[in-house]
Amino acid sequence: MLRVIVRRLLQLVVTLIALSALIFIWLRNLPGGPVDALLGERATPETRALLTKALGYDQPILVQYAKFMQRVLTGDFGNSIRTGEPVTEVIGRAFPATIELALAAMIIAIGLGVPLGYLAARYRGRLLDNLSIAGTLLGISIPIFFLGYLLKDVFTQNIHWFPPSGRLSTGLDNTNVTGFFVLDGLLTREFDATADALWHLILPAFTLATIPLAVIVRMTRASVLDVLNEDYVRTAEAKGLRHKTIRGRHILRNALLPVVTIIGLQTGALLSGAVLTEKVYNWGGLGTLITDSISGGRDYPVLQALILLAALVFVVVNLLVDLSYAVIDPRVRVR
Amino acid sequence: MSDPITRPGVAAPRDGADPTGTGERPASATERGIGRLGDRKKARLDELARASADKGGVSLVRDAFRRLRRNPVAMFGAAIVAVFILVAIFAPLLAPHDPAQRFDELTKNLTVDSIPGASSGFPLGSDPLGRDFLSRLIYGSRQTLFVGVLATLIGLALGVLIGAVAGAFGGWIDNILMRFTDVMLALPALLLAISLVAMASKSSQWTVILAVAIVNVPIFARLLRGSMLAQRESDHVLAARALGVKQRSIVLRHMLPNAMTAVIVQATLTLSTAILEAASLSFLGLGDPDINRAEWGLMLGVDGVRYFEVRPELAYYPALAIIVVALGFTLLGEGMREAIDPKNRR
Repeated sequence: MLRVIVRRLLQLVVTLIALSALIFIWLRNLPGGPVDALLGERATPETRALLTKALGYDQPILVQYAKFMQRVLTGDFGNSIRTGEPVTEVIGRAFPATIELALAAMIIAIGLGVPLGYLAARYRGRLLDNLSIAGTLLGISIPIFFLGYLLKDVFTQNIHWFPPSGRLSTGLDNTNVTGFFVLDGLLTREFDATADALWHLILPAFTLATIPLAVIVRMTRASVLDVLNEDYVRTAEAKGLRHKTIRGRHILRNALLPVVTIIGLQTGALLSGAVLTEKVYNWGGLGTLITDSISGGRDYPVLQALILLAALVFVVVNLLVDLSYAVIDPRVRVR
Repeated sequence: MSDPITRPGVAAPRDGADPTGTGERPASATERGIGRLGDRKKARLDELARASADKGGVSLVRDAFRRLRRNPVAMFGAAIVAVFILVAIFAPLLAPHDPAQRFDELTKNLTVDSIPGASSGFPLGSDPLGRDFLSRLIYGSRQTLFVGVLATLIGLALGVLIGAVAGAFGGWIDNILMRFTDVMLALPALLLAISLVAMASKSSQWTVILAVAIVNVPIFARLLRGSMLAQRESDHVLAARALGVKQRSIVLRHMLPNAMTAVIVQATLTLSTAILEAASLSFLGLGDPDINRAEWGLMLGVDGVRYFEVRPELAYYPALAIIVVALGFTLLGEGMREAIDPKNRR
């Protein structure tokens, strides 16, 4: 087991280094690179040359990359071109918002998706099954930013159930400890802040959950259908085990392995979706940061760090998923 | 492997349950020493052999196509796709007006807070610039098809190239190429597309197409490599090798065609995601900046959301068009996957 973890960690490091090198070289060799972003297009060649030298862009690319990696290892990703703040600070501020949103979406997707997929398989061909198939097909075919606007229109304009945007109501005096507003409220016992944060979280989380939910329902359904036909399920039924036992220990446990894989892969969809969802609801997380870093003049240091962070999250989550196999299915441990 | 012959456990109970068989076991069967079960199997084998002999060697593709035609859901998807393509081809005949022309009748009532709805001659009303919305929707099918198909084809071509080389040669070439696709797969699709567009200094229709295409390259490459590797171990490739067929034609004529089916299915599914991704890029302000171009993703992602509170129809119609077309490609693609490998039927 330990050997597997070490090997995977090494692979992870190699992937990230390769990615950082690609992004680094790419950013410096395209028209409209960092120098243009800093000076604008009308700068004179002299100032351009001066800045190029000051930033060290006149050195060989390998030297530049080595220096960059050296700084990255000490946690220094440079400063944002837009605001001048350190990149780590800018990202650190936005990070909890996105994680909160993504976690909420994943809880919704798994919490609804697995039972719904199970029921659809159980009642295959019946109304519930057909509805869930139609729903999942619609879920993967709808542009989620459009769904976001639709939900926002219905639930905040027509019936005023939820607030239209942001993470907290204005004027709410909350204490910021971790940046996770739901958690902060609980920690400081400001339960009104927790309630308010949750209330703001529901619509964006549902919007973001759409695609993972659809994928999880389909995967669970397919996987349960496979398992339902297995001999051991028939045996369990024949020897008179209770349905609850069969469902939990025979069907779900065996059906969940592919579902867990899919859940890991959905991290990517979640990060992509967060960019769109955050723009719809003005959420102020990493997604908003990406959009702002692009539209307000290309903010390369921030973009570079964000792309690496997204890749890191995706790869780490999938590593964790692989490791969780061993818990779910002891057969994997043997290998 | 649902063939009863290869699964005696399935065939046996059926025999045991046969009420008429017990007393009338033919003596010849015991003489040959195969037993009743063996007899039945043999009969079944003969029957199967006859059945397949009648068909005269149906190819995998034709067989799959036959199954596809019998799948109503897939045919529904195919019908949507067909209508979409026909609308795109005959857009100039179907559209009542020029999609880029501003009409005085429409612009005179046009303000930021009010965009005129249906009026005589303009069934769906105006867009934010006083152009006929229906005509733009109809012409939009062309650009949407163009972006979707081109992005998919470019992604397919690059992916097939990488996948085929990796799958055909194996060894260190395979290793390097696959690590490269791993790196690309480590980035979420939309983020990769965003970074690609962002890194070009100006966005255009081509940056969108290329970004969406490149996102799909590693997926195609992985898929093709996987089925090429499976082909490499298969009997028909071994047979070709034993007959002394040259390596190049084994790869090009034996492995590649057989491995391509999975890739073509994936391409059909990709058409749907490509259209959705292009719409997402437009929404993020990274789309095609040409205001005269009518494309559903642009119409929804830019004007649709900007004027959502003024006139939501500007978002509803392109969104509906995108959803229906994406659904069509998805249904068709999944139908194809089922048809090629009935194991996948759910």
